[in-house]
Amino acid sequence: MNSEKEPLFSSKNIKLITEPLGSSNPITVQVLGICSALAVTVKMKPAFVMAISVMAVLAVSNVVISLIRNSIPPRIRIIVQLVVIAAMVILVDQILKAFVYDISKQLSVFVGLIITNCILMGRLEAFAMGNKPWPSFLDGLGNAAGYSIILLIVSFFRELLGSGTIWGYKVIPESFYSFGYQNNGLMILPPMALIVLGIIIWVQRARNKKLIETK
Amino acid sequence: MKSLRGYLDKIKPKFEKGGKFEKFHSTFEAFESFMFVPDTVTTKGTHIRDANDMKRTMTVVVLALVPALLFGMWNVGNQHFLATGQEASFWQSFFTGFISVLPIIVVSYVVGLGIEFAFAQYRGHEVNEGFLVTGMLIPLVLPVDVPLWMVALATAFAVIIGKEVFGGTGMNIFNPALTARAFLFFAYPSYMSGNEVWTHGMIKGEGIIDSFTGATPLAEAAAGNIDKLPSVSDMFFGFIPGSIGETSTLAILIGAAILLFTGVGSARIMISTVVGGLVMGLILNIFAVNPYMEVPAYQHLMLGGFAFGAVFMATDPVSAAQTAKGKIIYGFLIGFLAILIRVLNPAYPEGMMLAILLMNVFAPLIDHYVIEANISKRLKRVKVQE
Repeated sequence: MNSEKEPLFSSKNIKLITEPLGSSNPITVQVLGICSALAVTVKMKPAFVMAISVMAVLAVSNVVISLIRNSIPPRIRIIVQLVVIAAMVILVDQILKAFVYDISKQLSVFVGLIITNCILMGRLEAFAMGNKPWPSFLDGLGNAAGYSIILLIVSFFRELLGSGTIWGYKVIPESFYSFGYQNNGLMILPPMALIVLGIIIWVQRARNKKLIETK
Repeated sequence: MKSLRGYLDKIKPKFEKGGKFEKFHSTFEAFESFMFVPDTVTTKGTHIRDANDMKRTMTVVVLALVPALLFGMWNVGNQHFLATGQEASFWQSFFTGFISVLPIIVVSYVVGLGIEFAFAQYRGHEVNEGFLVTGMLIPLVLPVDVPLWMVALATAFAVIIGKEVFGGTGMNIFNPALTARAFLFFAYPSYMSGNEVWTHGMIKGEGIIDSFTGATPLAEAAAGNIDKLPSVSDMFFGFIPGSIGETSTLAILIGAAILLFTGVGSARIMISTVVGGLVMGLILNIFAVNPYMEVPAYQHLMLGGFAFGAVFMATDPVSAAQTAKGKIIYGFLIGFLAILIRVLNPAYPEGMMLAILLMNVFAPLIDHYVIEANISKRLKRVKVQE
C-alpha cells in the first residue's frame, strides 16, 4: 500500500472539480453533450433538473466503474460502461417520474438520452477506467457541474428573452409589453441555443487566450 | 475640396502610430478613403490595381437600389391611402412613404455602421464598405411598420452573428441582410407575416376601410384565392402590398440593368435563378392539384421577393458561389427551391429568403465540386511520358 495517504481535498483533487467549470469545460471547450444542451434549455427548471440528473448519473457511474475497473475485461469495457450508465439513467428516470412528473414530461426522451451523452462515456473511458473511486467521484461531479453551469446560463437567456420569465416567474414588467416589447420567438427555437452557446464560447476564449487553437 | 484635403492632411499625423488618437486610426482611415481615393501603392510584386475598388462597387449597388427604394416609398404611401380610402396626390403618397421609410434606413445604418466601426477599432483593421449595401438592403426587405427597435436588434444580430464572428466583410457565409430578415421572421413573426404588417398604419388600425384586407398577393395565393390575385401589370409595376423594396419588378429590373451594365452583379446567377423559378413553376403547373399550383410560372417571378432576391440578394459576391459553373447551379437551385418552398410549404409564405440562405451554405460545396470536376477533367488530358 501507498504509505503517504493523499488528503481527501488535495489541490490535485480540487482541480478535478474546478477545471471542468472553466478551462476544460465539457461543453464549451471539449464540445461534448451539445445535443441535450440544445434540447432542454428553453426553460430554466427543466434545464436544472436535467443538470442534476446528469450529475447524479455521472458521479455514481464514475465511482462504480472505478471500483470494478481492474476486473473489467478490456475488450468489453464499453458494454460494461453502458450497462452501468443505463442502469443509473433508468433509476433517475423513475425517480423523476415519481417526484417531479411535470418536468419529467417536459424532458421527455432527453433523460433517457443521457445514455448517449458523450460527456458520460468520455469521463468513464478517460478518467474512471484509470483512477481510484474518490478522484473519479470528484471528476464526475466537476464535469457534471461544468455541464450544468453552461446549461443554466443558456437556459437563463433563452427563458428571459424567449418567454420573459425566469424560473417560471414573470420578470419583464407588463409596462414593457405595452410599450411594444415582444418576446423573441427565435430564442425558443433550437438554433438560438446553438448561437447562445457560440457566444459563450466566444466570450470564454476572448477572456482566456490559451483556449484558442493554434493552426 | 482642397481645404478638406488640407485639413485631413493636417490632422492625419494624430491618427498615425504614436499619435494622440492612434486608437481611432481606422475611423479616420474610413472617412479619408470615403472622401478621397486611397493613395495606397502596391510595394511588392507586379500588380494591376483596378480603379473599380470595393467602395465604387458598393456605390454602384446602392445606386441600383435607388429605383426600388423610391418606388417603395411611393408605394408605401399609395397603399396607405388605398387602405384608408383617401384620395392622395403623387407627392402626398411619396411623402407619407418617405416619412415612414426614412427612420428604418437611418436606424439600420446607424446601428450597423456603429458596430462595424467598433469592431474595426477594436481589432485594428480598416472599416469595410460592405455595410453600405447591407444597410440599404435591410430596410428594403422589411415590412414598413416594423418597430424600429426590432430593426436595430436585427441589424446588430446580422452584423455581429452573421458577419463579424466569421471575420467581417468577405468572410461571412450568409448574406447579412437576409440574416437580419430571417432573425426578425423567426423572432417576431407577428410583425413579419400576416396580412396587417404590409400596409402602413394597419396594425394600429388607423381608419382602415372595411373592404381592405392588406393581404399580399402571396397570401391570397396561399389561401387559394387565385381570382383575387392582382392583374399582371399591377404585379409588374408593383402596385401591391409587400416589403418596402420588393414590390415593383420594373424598378428591380432597372437596378438589375445597372448592375449588369457595370459588371457588378453576376448575370449568370440572375438568369439561372429566374430559369430555376420558371422550371419549378412549370413542374408545379403540370402536376397542379390545387389553385396555388396553377399560378402561371411567369407570375411567380413577379410575386413576393423573388425578383428582389434574384437581383440583389443571390448575387452578393461574398456568399454566392465563385466559379462560373457553380454560379449557374447555385442560382438555379435558389429559384427552384424558392418556388418549391413558397407553394408547397404553407408555413413559409415566402420561400426566397430561405432558399437563398440555404444555398449560401451550399455555395462553397458547389464550388468545391466544380473545381474538383475541372481538375479531374484536365488530368485525363495529361499524357504521362513513359
